[in-house]
Amino acid sequence: MYNAPYLRQNNSVSRVMLKVMLALLPGLAAYVWQFGIGILIQLLIASVVALVCEAAMLRVRNKPISRYLLDGSALVTAWLIALSFPSIGPWWMVALGTAIAIIVAKHLYGGLGQNVFNPAMVAYAVMIVSFPALMSQWPAPHLSGAEQWQLILGNERVLDAISSATPLDALRTGLHSGHGTVSTVTHGHAAFGWLGGQGWEWIILGYAIGGLWLMQQRVITWHIPCALLAGAAAVAGLLWGIDSAHYAAPWFHLASGGIMLGAFFIATDPVSGATTPRGKLIFGAAIGALIVVIRTWGAYPDGVAFAVLLLNICVPLIDMYTQPPVFGHKKD
Amino acid sequence: MGHTDRAPLLRKLFNFHGGVKPNANKQQSAAQPICTLPLSREYVVPLHQSIGGTPQPLVVAGDRVLRGQRIGAADGNVSSAVHAPTSGCVVAIEERLMPHASGLSAPCVVIEADGLDEAAPRENFDWRSASPDAVRDYLRDAGVVGLGGAVFPSHLKLKANNSIGLETLIINGAECEPFITCDDRLMQEKAREVIEGVALMAHLMQAKQTLIGIEDNKPDAIAAMQAAAQTAGQSNISVVAIPTRYPAGGAKQLIRVLTGIEVPHGKRSTDYGVQCFNVGTAFAIRDALENGLSLTTRVVTVTGNVERPGNYWVRIGTPMHELVEHAGIKPGTERWLMGGPMMGIPMPSLDVPVVKATNCILAGSAELFAAPEPEMPCIRCGECAQACPADLQPFEMYWHSRARNFGKAQEYHLFDCIECGCCSYVCPSHIPLVDYYRFAKSEIWAREKDKTAADQARDRYEFRNYRIEREKEEKAARLAAKTAAGRAAIQASQQTVTGDAAPSETADDPKKAMIAAAMQRAQAQKAAAQPQNTEHLTPAQQAEVNDAEARRARARELADQDAQSIGKTSPSADTPNKMAD
Repeated sequence: MYNAPYLRQNNSVSRVMLKVMLALLPGLAAYVWQFGIGILIQLLIASVVALVCEAAMLRVRNKPISRYLLDGSALVTAWLIALSFPSIGPWWMVALGTAIAIIVAKHLYGGLGQNVFNPAMVAYAVMIVSFPALMSQWPAPHLSGAEQWQLILGNERVLDAISSATPLDALRTGLHSGHGTVSTVTHGHAAFGWLGGQGWEWIILGYAIGGLWLMQQRVITWHIPCALLAGAAAVAGLLWGIDSAHYAAPWFHLASGGIMLGAFFIATDPVSGATTPRGKLIFGAAIGALIVVIRTWGAYPDGVAFAVLLLNICVPLIDMYTQPPVFGHKKD
Repeated sequence: MGHTDRAPLLRKLFNFHGGVKPNANKQQSAAQPICTLPLSREYVVPLHQSIGGTPQPLVVAGDRVLRGQRIGAADGNVSSAVHAPTSGCVVAIEERLMPHASGLSAPCVVIEADGLDEAAPRENFDWRSASPDAVRDYLRDAGVVGLGGAVFPSHLKLKANNSIGLETLIINGAECEPFITCDDRLMQEKAREVIEGVALMAHLMQAKQTLIGIEDNKPDAIAAMQAAAQTAGQSNISVVAIPTRYPAGGAKQLIRVLTGIEVPHGKRSTDYGVQCFNVGTAFAIRDALENGLSLTTRVVTVTGNVERPGNYWVRIGTPMHELVEHAGIKPGTERWLMGGPMMGIPMPSLDVPVVKATNCILAGSAELFAAPEPEMPCIRCGECAQACPADLQPFEMYWHSRARNFGKAQEYHLFDCIECGCCSYVCPSHIPLVDYYRFAKSEIWAREKDKTAADQARDRYEFRNYRIEREKEEKAARLAAKTAAGRAAIQASQQTVTGDAAPSETADDPKKAMIAAAMQRAQAQKAAAQPQNTEHLTPAQQAEVNDAEARRARARELADQDAQSIGKTSPSADTPNKMAD
């Protein structure tokens, strides 16, 4: 016996997660096109580790394994980890990160729907603090498949020849050395492309296309991505307006690093994010602003993970103070 | 009168937040005209068929009743009368199973039809010359209640707020629930009567304008109603097509769509200058006032998994199984719902009667309504909040209801929830959200009941303490009055003896007076008691006592002499006592 309503929309958690994974495909395709198959190997490693850890934790917690395993949430976490980690990192790095995300950040907090922090960003934060050097080795464009295979699964790492600093890293190092300006650092540097990083512009475009499709599918709302990008652009624009020689342009920030992945796929994680319309705007804008602040003055080249985690802490407060007025109690 | 047909195009409509668009499934039952169900052998008329008090039965077993005869009188003003659906014999007044999910029984008048269907003589009532109060009383006694499903007594709603009047009378023909088509068919077939009823209500309430809201998936009903309004020359009645979106037919949502006004939870819509009635109610009000017919029939949609889905004129009290047998029971029916698939309630059995609230009987099969998928954890995706027509945050209410944190659930406006089911409909985790709200609400009501009981117990206890205190004070006052009288007497006697009492100092202080009186009494008693030991002595004893007294006196003299001679105080008082012991 169950009660009304007897009609249900054809929707499920698995469907939502499947759509998120589909939406990641354009960005993933651009990644492979620009940087080779390394990312696919990482994606595979992360997926297998995520499913194994998820199954083990479900067994320990006495939950129905097949139902929860098929919900797809572990795979989404795995994919986000693979996409935010350097694609030529050693295999154990992405594996360890995924295990931390699934076991600690997800299941020790109570499993699906209960985690306070974004699991993928917990993994990223733990790994970049623990292995800052390895987490900063990004592939140079057009690295061969064999070389990537060797880097990920082999024992020796011959780095200097094949890895490259990201544009954010290059700019940071250049500016911090004391006598560079944005134009002298970027001019003629191989890492820089038309707007942001060489090759990364395409990946970011892919993420944006996938994200817009998620909006059209009503999986996410416009609030967080728009507020996040606007918040980042506002802070970056302000700094650039004051001193364009020492601060990068807002479009450079939007076209570099993890910001687009963060805006459409990470900050929009509903479990750990704000839920009210106004709350989502505050949440997104604050993350965007913090990303630029961390990039500019922080100790790490990119700040998406720390910005998201910091705002995850604020979610209960933001939600509490941004409850929308209910029917009949609106002030027109 | 081009007004009525152009109005839908010109009128500005408002949007309500949320809502869903399930498959309407109206075509199955909407195509055929309304049939009249043949007379049943037995009718079971529940006495309680409206919000408010349970009517008192006016008949006893063995009475012959006629169609339309009142068999239950409204219990107070918030109640509504019930009537015999046909002529026949009252065979019992007893508890029968109700069309309610709880499976509870309630008192019913059971009538065995005699097949003559003889009507009771109609009362002559000229509503045009009657006072508004008399019209309302008449409708109460005619048993007219809201036929949209809420069965609120209509006479109570036919009253504008005196200070602001009625700006807009809204007639609800939206019929937003899937499957249900009884209002649709009624508007198509009885448009003239409905419009007359609407005009009558507008007149009674002195409405400045009247808007009839119909979802735009019912073009035939819209056309019929527009034509009828035009023919009737009712220029201030507008038939308005509204976008089809569940729950546009919720009273509050419809008021919002047509006027932009949001009536908050717990407030009367007339305080905002609007009132809302169902089209079926308009028809029933006209039937009562123009034809003297009390409410004994209504249109019921029978649809879903049945052979012949359609609409029927059904007498109130008809056993539900007769109606569905008429429509043809099909194998595979798992449940029978009263109402639609979004808010309908499962019937405990088909032995229940059709009541005034029965707008639809829906046969549910596994094909029509798939069994719910297993519940998954809430992922806070917010789909429910986007679908909620009351602008609530359903997932927050769910978290708190589930944690039995009912106070917090109320802070998130649990009681503003209209239980429309939109949140459950969209939930990707298949959480039966509305069930959680129903659970939380019933728990809160139970706690309030407990609290009321506790409050009453505390009140009783406090009253008991107060009573004891009061009795004490009364006793003290009585005592004080008594002692005052006693003291006066004692004073009088004492003044003759000592003359040194100071009654004026203590007279104004009852406590002091009491103490003084008590001391005086004690002294008097002591004085009186002292000689008691030596009273009534025999002569021999008296001689002994005299002897002892003489010895004492001698000893005292000796002691006094000693004391004087050796210059130290003697325990003169003790000595004689010791000697006496």
